[in-house]
Amino acid sequence: MESLRNKISGRNIVAILIFLFLLTAPFYMSSFRTNMISKYMCYALVAIGIDMIWGYTGILSLGHGVYFGLGAYCMAMYLKLESSGTGLPDFMTWSGLTELPLFWEPFKSPVISMILVIAVPTILALVIGYLTFLNRIKGVYFSILSQALAAAMATLLIGMQKYLGGSNGLTNFSTIFGKSVYLPAVKSAMYYITLAFLIGAFVICSILVKKRVGKVLVAIRDGENRTRFMGYNPAVYKVFVYCLSAVLAGIAGALYVPQVGIISPNDVNISPSIEMVIWVAIGGKGTLIGPIIGALVTNFGKSIISENFPELWSYFIGFMFIFVILLLPGGIVSLKDVPRRIINKINLYKEKKMDNEKNKKVLAKRQHN
Amino acid sequence: MKSFMRKAFSIFTAAAITLSLAACGGNSNETEGNSSSTNSDTVKVGILHSMTGTMAMSEMPLVDAVEMAIDEINENGGVLGKQIEYVLEDGASDSAIFAEKATKLLTSDNVATVFGCWTSASRKAVLPVFEGNNGLLWYPVQYEGLESSHNIMYTSCPPNQQAIPAVDYLYENNKGDDGKLQLFLLGSDYVYPRTTNTIIKAIAEEKVIEIVGEEYLPLGHTDMSTVLTKIQQTKPDAIINTINGDSNVAFFKQFKDAGLTANDIPIMSFSCYEEDIKGMGAEYAEGHLFAWNYFQTVDTPESTTFTEKYKALYGEDRVTGDPIQDAYIGVYLWAAACEKAGSFDVDKVIEACESGEIEYMAPEGLVTIDPETHHLYKVARIGKANAEGQIEELWSTDERIKPDPWLTGYSWAAEAGLGQ
Repeated sequence: MESLRNKISGRNIVAILIFLFLLTAPFYMSSFRTNMISKYMCYALVAIGIDMIWGYTGILSLGHGVYFGLGAYCMAMYLKLESSGTGLPDFMTWSGLTELPLFWEPFKSPVISMILVIAVPTILALVIGYLTFLNRIKGVYFSILSQALAAAMATLLIGMQKYLGGSNGLTNFSTIFGKSVYLPAVKSAMYYITLAFLIGAFVICSILVKKRVGKVLVAIRDGENRTRFMGYNPAVYKVFVYCLSAVLAGIAGALYVPQVGIISPNDVNISPSIEMVIWVAIGGKGTLIGPIIGALVTNFGKSIISENFPELWSYFIGFMFIFVILLLPGGIVSLKDVPRRIINKINLYKEKKMDNEKNKKVLAKRQHN
Repeated sequence: MKSFMRKAFSIFTAAAITLSLAACGGNSNETEGNSSSTNSDTVKVGILHSMTGTMAMSEMPLVDAVEMAIDEINENGGVLGKQIEYVLEDGASDSAIFAEKATKLLTSDNVATVFGCWTSASRKAVLPVFEGNNGLLWYPVQYEGLESSHNIMYTSCPPNQQAIPAVDYLYENNKGDDGKLQLFLLGSDYVYPRTTNTIIKAIAEEKVIEIVGEEYLPLGHTDMSTVLTKIQQTKPDAIINTINGDSNVAFFKQFKDAGLTANDIPIMSFSCYEEDIKGMGAEYAEGHLFAWNYFQTVDTPESTTFTEKYKALYGEDRVTGDPIQDAYIGVYLWAAACEKAGSFDVDKVIEACESGEIEYMAPEGLVTIDPETHHLYKVARIGKANAEGQIEELWSTDERIKPDPWLTGYSWAAEAGLGQ
């Protein structure tokens, strides 16, 4: 009975409702809106990864755009080669290249490209994670380091105009696995593949946080030294969770590119990386479902508001952030606690009042005496 | 009891989010049902520029110019008897958002055409959207060329109408006593400056031009000390400046503060116009060179009315310039093409544009759409900034230059691997 009640907790009901909505959305929404939601589901996938590392393990990474970008660029390189047929990608011809650079060769094969989508972010995360966490770099220092990584990555990409399209990024893809990206069937297939990855990531992470690994991660967040004294090596767990979130971001990037049609250094830079953390904060960190809600609601709101108020929308978004931070520090998922918080406030007020009256009575008695 | 309340509330919250998302989607369904850009007396067009972010300052005046042209056309009876109605979208200085908003304009709003974009990155991002959905974009900013899309009309110029004549001008007028022209290339770090400089380096191979330095600054960069030291060390005959945005202000100011003058080393700017000069102060730009197809001072009746009207609408302190004019003429060229086609249908309008007969008496002079490349026949001009912050024409080509975005007419281009 107790376990059943746990399974149908409010959080899981919310998750099921959201996934039901996402499953049925293509049936009553225009293809343009469906495509938008698909893009936001990619963001939600990144947000789950960030929640694992920030919400559960307490490591604030401000550079997840890098991993998102690596996955996206791997996918984009494959798409670009496929769209270019036998010729060179267009940007190479106008940058004066006459031959395909060597590091583009693996992307001729779709299978190797898909492997690289996962492998490249993992390897970078492994190297960075190993170097930082083993040297016990943590807290603010890690955040700064991760942010510098994002800036370095963006600068590198901008400088590589000949090889990676520079600030324009990679764009103008026509086909994916031989099918036109403009076909409605391809679009809805991409939508459901993205959704499948999102649900998969949510389920796997939900299981993970209930297992011992998850408990150790939370233990690291709440007292790293204590965890170490108990015989766990926090560095190993931290590298693991960093790689996990990097892979999720890489997959999200790879799913994002064919649906949005462009990846540029702008999407890898510091500000999108910080935005990713904001989605998690808005939704509610350490809840897994919160970041999904945060990514969907923030981005959908941004699009809808900017369509209706193209000149003023950024103010609305700013106010929304301030509102959430001031009044809902636990994010959107903490909305459920609002009635309890109000009741608690009222009770507290009543108690105070009663105390005051008691005190008055006591005082009055004393004076009487 | 409490746990029940919590559960009920969480379900309520989820339902509210779901419903509100569904409601947003529902709205768009309605608009999609309306599959035509026209109804009985209006035709819908889109304007897509950055109204927020780093590019907002540059792009907002273009929105004003497009709105002004639309209002003028509407006052004169509209296009094919219909009033133009516009949908404004903010690209937010972000390529992915440009692509999203372009998709929205074409598939949800079903606009007849779109006027917009500034940076090459944004144009490259929306290009597949316009080609995939068969839309029509009017692009108003000079750029690096090497592009001609079936679905884009370019109302500004590729390098052969600006950068190449400007280098020729410097070669004629500024070379050193040894007959050699020494150039210093300075630009923002993105595609337009890098590609333009690749072209200039290819020209240098051909002529007696030496490139003594090539530097790229991140967009928004303001510390010029390293660059200025290099300029002072190399002592070029001229600087080719392809800096974009507010870094221009920093560069011109620090150039003067370093004791350099336009007489020692003139700066030839490609992406800095009257609006930027206003921002930095006229004394810093005075004497330097600017290459464009239109200056506010161009002496034609159309130019005078255009500038007067723009100032009357948006303020006496406003200035016009090349990109503003190019945004403005795009609307007129589109209207002329629709009149010729007798329809707002994209295929028919493009067909009309490719007739070679679509022309307009613009502030800069007569412009005609080139059927092959979708660019305009234009006069190239070189001007010098005066003490009032205006650019006065020094030199112009005698005839209008045929647009050549793929540099097919230049042997050095093929040698450098540029072009098709």
